[in-house]
Amino acid sequence: MTKGQTTHGILKDPTLLVAALMADGWRVIGPKVRDQAIVYEVLDQPDDLPRGLTDSQSGGLYRLEAGQPERWFDYVVGPHSWKKWLFPARQKLWTATRLADAGFEIEVSAIDWPKTVFFGVRACEIAAMTVQDRVFDNGMFRDAAYAARRADTLIVAVQCARSAETCFCASMNTGPGVDEGYDIALTELAGISGEILVTAGSDRGRAILAPLALPSATDGQIAAGPATTAAAAASQSRAMVPDIARVLREGLDHTNWEVVADACLSCGNCTLACPTCFCSDVEDVSDLSGDHAERWRSWDSCFSTDFSYVHGGAVRRSPKSQYRQWMTHKLSTWHDQFEMSGCVGCGRCITWCPVGIDITREAGTFAAHPHPAET
Amino acid sequence: MTVQPASLAADPMVPRRFRVDRAWSEIDGVRSMELRPLDSGPVAFEPGQFNMLYAFGVGEIAVSLSGDAAQRDRLVHTTRAVGEVSRAITQLNEGDMVGVRGPFGTAWPIARQTGRHAVFVAGGLGLAPLRPAIYHVLANRADFAGLTLIYGARSPQDLLYADEVARWKSRFDVEIEVTVDHAAPGWTGRVGVVTTVIDRALAGVDPALVSAFLCGPEIMMRYGVMSLEAAGVGQDRIWVSLERNMKCAIGFCGHCQFGPTFVCRDGPVYRHDQIAHLINKSEV
Repeated sequence: MTKGQTTHGILKDPTLLVAALMADGWRVIGPKVRDQAIVYEVLDQPDDLPRGLTDSQSGGLYRLEAGQPERWFDYVVGPHSWKKWLFPARQKLWTATRLADAGFEIEVSAIDWPKTVFFGVRACEIAAMTVQDRVFDNGMFRDAAYAARRADTLIVAVQCARSAETCFCASMNTGPGVDEGYDIALTELAGISGEILVTAGSDRGRAILAPLALPSATDGQIAAGPATTAAAAASQSRAMVPDIARVLREGLDHTNWEVVADACLSCGNCTLACPTCFCSDVEDVSDLSGDHAERWRSWDSCFSTDFSYVHGGAVRRSPKSQYRQWMTHKLSTWHDQFEMSGCVGCGRCITWCPVGIDITREAGTFAAHPHPAET
Repeated sequence: MTVQPASLAADPMVPRRFRVDRAWSEIDGVRSMELRPLDSGPVAFEPGQFNMLYAFGVGEIAVSLSGDAAQRDRLVHTTRAVGEVSRAITQLNEGDMVGVRGPFGTAWPIARQTGRHAVFVAGGLGLAPLRPAIYHVLANRADFAGLTLIYGARSPQDLLYADEVARWKSRFDVEIEVTVDHAAPGWTGRVGVVTTVIDRALAGVDPALVSAFLCGPEIMMRYGVMSLEAAGVGQDRIWVSLERNMKCAIGFCGHCQFGPTFVCRDGPVYRHDQIAHLINKSEV
């Protein structure tokens, strides 16, 4: 691959790119196998990158399985999302220390974020980052810590060559192909073993690829990229109802909420696995001396009763109202708040729901039988 | 690389420190305090907005601003001790330090109601967030067609700012109706819920001139709005202040969502016609 103009190259072994990034001082966070699942952790060496794996996913089911041994990226998204890095599940906001004169002083926590690359980001996950970018810079306030982590992070995307049974990104227009928001994109070409099409999406990406001197991709290989993701899209069996925002806005009294609530355990797994769910709680803690206090911000879930507590009791006590809040927020009121959907079609909420509630099937029920109202 | 976040004063998640200048008891379990800033940054607010108050080592709660917005060097808050944090806030005394984030949220659009008859309907502690708007009308009374305050509390002992309300009542250009749910020996005023007083208070007032502002328990506001509508006041001339769980006050934590809105940002003050379809639904 020549420097500058050409943006496509061919890579045989993605660990070479990981090694090059590590040699250049990058902290590489990428897919790793842990507890029989693909998780996003810091890679200690290039060989941490899994190979020959695929996955089987459906409502309440996730299995990592042996796939074609020579292929690198045939699994799709696991229980983790990049949210856990950009918006940590627990973060200390500040520390307060008591002063001698009955007062206190506050020290803001510094953000410790070394030069980082996210390696293996899927299309739906880039879309999810775009959603959270909007949430944490809402026009009035900006989350400085999130913004700092996000701005400095290099994105190496992977174009999905297959979909899981739970994927519905095609219907959300968020995948499976990555169009923007990446520095480097990798496409493991379908049916051609050992050929990964490398595309630079930014000057930063080009600068990293240049020293690798990758062989240029042929026109055939470049054309095979979109064909690969198109095949993955065509294989998706689930789809979101197109006008679900309106359907839910008009369906607050639908009887189906009661039906879903009968199955829902209010466990909050969907909100934790969701790459866009952003709700958080703050906790103030102090040490035994009472002289030091800290404020921590941690992920919260709209499925907890405490979530909506006000003096006199929680606003949303029933699982029905909690599920309704989650689903209508994700698919309907999110548009009002952020001018986009809160769903990217990654399917995690389906896979990681212990009872296999399927947001696409529920959406279909609301759309197919509009307005059966409760008494 | 270590990135330093925005400066302390500019970070909306970090409290600024204020000193309690005065603290006094209002009614049983309710105290007010006047705060002066120690750290830099603006102190100005608009009637109807709220602050997040932090008691060192205990926690933070949302408390409405209840002082005079024209006084731009101090903050007044009135707090009822109901939980751990509010109890700690009500135990603060002169000289103590308190953390403040804010002001946050929407305001009563009182300055835009020139020429209109301002009607305030308050229940219990709901008078506190309305008081800055009442101050505005009192100070600019000639700009308004009228000022009516309808105030209800559970009992005579629960009437907030009672002395001040009595002073307002002594003015000839202010109509005030006070009512209690349960009378006590010596009470010679009205008995009954706020809504029963609205009709009487608005008799002789041109409903087309009324701009109404309600704050109190949601059930009171719901019936209050119904009474106002029955009296001919348009939904788009009625504002209510809602209460929801607030943790961040800047639209990040998600707790205070009410339909498509964040109460911390799109509220707490709403024009009623914009939320009428949600306010009568349970568990939204």
